[in-house]
Amino acid sequence: MASQTHLQPTVPGTRRDFVWVALAAVVWLIAFNSLQAVADFITYRLLGLEPSNPLGSALNFFIYDVPKILLLLSGMVFLITLLRTFITPEQTRRWLGGKREGVGNLLAAGVGIVTPFCSCSAVPLFIGFVEAGLPLGVTFSYLVAAPLINEVALVMLFGMFGWQVAGLYLLSGMTIAILAGILIGRFGMERYIEPFVYQIKVGNKGQRVEDRMTWHERFEQAVVSTREIVGKVWLYVVLGIAIGAAIHGFVPDDFLAEALGKDSFWAVPAAVLMGVPLYSNAAGVIPVVSVLLDKGVALGTVLAFMMAVVGLSLPEIIILRRVMKPRLIAIFVGVVATGIILTGYLFNIIL
Amino acid sequence: MKGTLTVLNIKVLGAGCANCKRLEAETRAALDGAGIPYDLVKVTEYADIMAYGVMSTPALVINEKVVSSGRIPARSQIVKLANETESA
Repeated sequence: MASQTHLQPTVPGTRRDFVWVALAAVVWLIAFNSLQAVADFITYRLLGLEPSNPLGSALNFFIYDVPKILLLLSGMVFLITLLRTFITPEQTRRWLGGKREGVGNLLAAGVGIVTPFCSCSAVPLFIGFVEAGLPLGVTFSYLVAAPLINEVALVMLFGMFGWQVAGLYLLSGMTIAILAGILIGRFGMERYIEPFVYQIKVGNKGQRVEDRMTWHERFEQAVVSTREIVGKVWLYVVLGIAIGAAIHGFVPDDFLAEALGKDSFWAVPAAVLMGVPLYSNAAGVIPVVSVLLDKGVALGTVLAFMMAVVGLSLPEIIILRRVMKPRLIAIFVGVVATGIILTGYLFNIIL
Repeated sequence: MKGTLTVLNIKVLGAGCANCKRLEAETRAALDGAGIPYDLVKVTEYADIMAYGVMSTPALVINEKVVSSGRIPARSQIVKLANETESA
């Protein structure tokens, strides 16, 4: 049973891969640019509905938005996961080593945006960072930024409100991560880390042979990850947009403005409180939230809600409990939640 | 192990989240499909995981070499990684 038969050297068809990616990009662009025309054709010509008809307007919104967001999502997630094949936490740890407070926090938050983050990776990552002697504050900047600035959320915001709101989200997420990290660093919380963390030695058993991925493998990996991420959220996107479309068509414009508008001071903390337990539904929540915005809910409140949904989650907290004592977890959640609430108020005041 | 038959020693590192289970399933499917004999062990203790210098799970270790971490490689890639390690 010679396993030698599997030994054919796989020739990486790099050029062919680039051609495929370029072709896909062209198809993507054409599809993206004909969305409105197709949606109009289906609702107003094919089904003969009037634009003034609430059902027609809701249906048009739905038929336009679903493919638009799914296209944006697939395209952007592909690019991000491709970028991610170049960045590993092990590299990150080397980059961040020996950086001062401030610079370190900024870098950590920046890296947190692009690195893959799954809550089950939080513990090994935390141990690795602590063991490398990174200041606790820098580690926290990373831990805050990684989930808070969520690629799916970023793409959805971009798709539904344009680059300004997406940019605001990015910028305020970074700011919260940097300041929260610096603050937690100042508190001197080292004694609230579970002692076993300091006993674990990060080894180099089994020298890593991974670092030499070919372009072919990077593309392949990006396709696999994109399929996985989009596969996980598409249903939420469709549901979210459907609910959004219904509100868009049937709820009067200023319906929510009074209760949840700028002048309602309790709206922001309430939004954060509601957002924390709603984990992993980021993609489905944003379309709903977009319509809320449409109907007069203040932007700061909406952003705060969304950040609470993606940035603080129960599963992550439970997993972090393995390495942190409750006191530190409470401070972590408290600082981030306060940051989100302040951001919400800030935008409600200045916008 | 019997005679000349080389059995790959596979370890899946990860505390047991959904991704770790998927990596295990994908690895089994890939190697079964390619007819490569293997022995698979799951490593779930953080201390043991960290000993490999792995900071992002799930990670795949073949014959004590870390071949991927923080991702679930495509099946074709798993087979390729297995062949590479085997011939090394």
